Amino acid sequence: MHSHDETDDENVYDALASADDDGRWAFGTGFDAGTAEIDAPVPEGVDRDDLATYCLMLADDALVASQRLAGWTTKAPELEEEVALANIALDLLGQARVLLARAGHLGAAEPFRVGPQDDEDVLAYFRDDRAFRNVTLVEIDLGDFAQTVAWILVLASWRLALLQRLTGSRDPVLAAVAGKAVKELTYHRDYAAQWVLRLGDGTPLSHARMQAGLEAVWPFVEELFTAHAVERRLVDAGVAVDPTELRGEVEAVLDQVLPAATLTRPDRAAVGLVGGRGGRDGVHTEALGPVLAVMQSLARAHPEATW
Amino acid sequence: MVTSALTDARTAAESVVDPEMPMLTLADLGVLRGVETGADGTVVVTLTPTYSGCPALDEMRHDLRCALTDAGYDKVDVRTTFSPPWSTDWISDDGRRKLAEAGVAPPDRLGPRPASGPVPLTLHAPSRVVACPQCGAVDTEETSRFGPTACTALRRCRSCGEPFEHVKEI
Repeated sequence: MHSHDETDDENVYDALASADDDGRWAFGTGFDAGTAEIDAPVPEGVDRDDLATYCLMLADDALVASQRLAGWTTKAPELEEEVALANIALDLLGQARVLLARAGHLGAAEPFRVGPQDDEDVLAYFRDDRAFRNVTLVEIDLGDFAQTVAWILVLASWRLALLQRLTGSRDPVLAAVAGKAVKELTYHRDYAAQWVLRLGDGTPLSHARMQAGLEAVWPFVEELFTAHAVERRLVDAGVAVDPTELRGEVEAVLDQVLPAATLTRPDRAAVGLVGGRGGRDGVHTEALGPVLAVMQSLARAHPEATW
Repeated sequence: MVTSALTDARTAAESVVDPEMPMLTLADLGVLRGVETGADGTVVVTLTPTYSGCPALDEMRHDLRCALTDAGYDKVDVRTTFSPPWSTDWISDDGRRKLAEAGVAPPDRLGPRPASGPVPLTLHAPSRVVACPQCGAVDTEETSRFGPTACTALRRCRSCGEPFEHVKEI
């Protein structure tokens, strides 16, 4: 056990390195998150692989969305918006970390496993794109600021509806993450709704760009309401939420925001599944690879590096 | 009287200050969920984060471990729990006073919230009255819902012109 003495705090790097008896892994957390709920037993009658896969799905949605939003850092139109987008990204990253830790603890199912003892960092940095189980909405290029706020509005409305229902999950980790995330997502949705309103009901130029941003996001909405076999099995077990049930609540939000913002509901075909398989099966758009390259390349170039 | 080098573990843990809002102790902030001493002398401290991605959590863990080590406890285990989720209602009255004294507007108390039904969307900024911590005027405006830390929003006082942070209600 590390024994603290006065000299620790005199050297900031020593203090950091001694925080948990060892150095921190340079590109991740490198420490045991120590979350009390993580090692909760698998609820009775629930398939362990299914639960791990479901945790990965919800984690990957948040992780990839967070990485996309982080791309606005240093590039947002105003400092306040940069801070807001980074804050939203940080909340999503926090949600992802606990879910990845839970998936790793359960032992992510093949073919999504990297090694026998995957922690959150291994799952984030060393899985290839086909092993990511996020919906394709979160991986697409965010375009301009208008498209980004349209994307946040859809994503936050859907995830809020999903996680609010998940607070009643029989899995204590999912219930705990959801209970925390609901408050955060409410802020994200409010932020996006207010910008969609402001830009949509603004100048002719802002209106046109807001409508175009909504059109660009629209083909990826339908997948949000498509249930995967893992989800269906876990719904029956009282663990997961049926995404087909979320459509009404998300559409009610859009029906509230779009007319107020003088925007027209897009009429665009959904991006189809490939042979019945989509993001939840690891079948992604070409946009995911570059996002993961930015997120993973440094950790892969210097595996096990500490500071 | 038994003399002991050990300060009470709870007192030591409760005196640790928040890394981002150092006018508050972790006890004032309401993130300290429990301090227990096990039979083998291990002190188990349970923390809850304010936000899922709170970047200060690891610093809190480090500061708690140091404070307890200094107080004579060699074995310290700091755990994190997400349930029940933290709410600004957990900030103590003392904590609210300290925030205001430091120029940060404290959050309103939200009280119990409805347990079911969709979360309503408010399209216009809520007309919450937040008094300026500098001059006390209530004529203030929100400049950004998201501030320099996850817990705060940015506001400006229209009366004295000063910008200030507000611990936003969750």
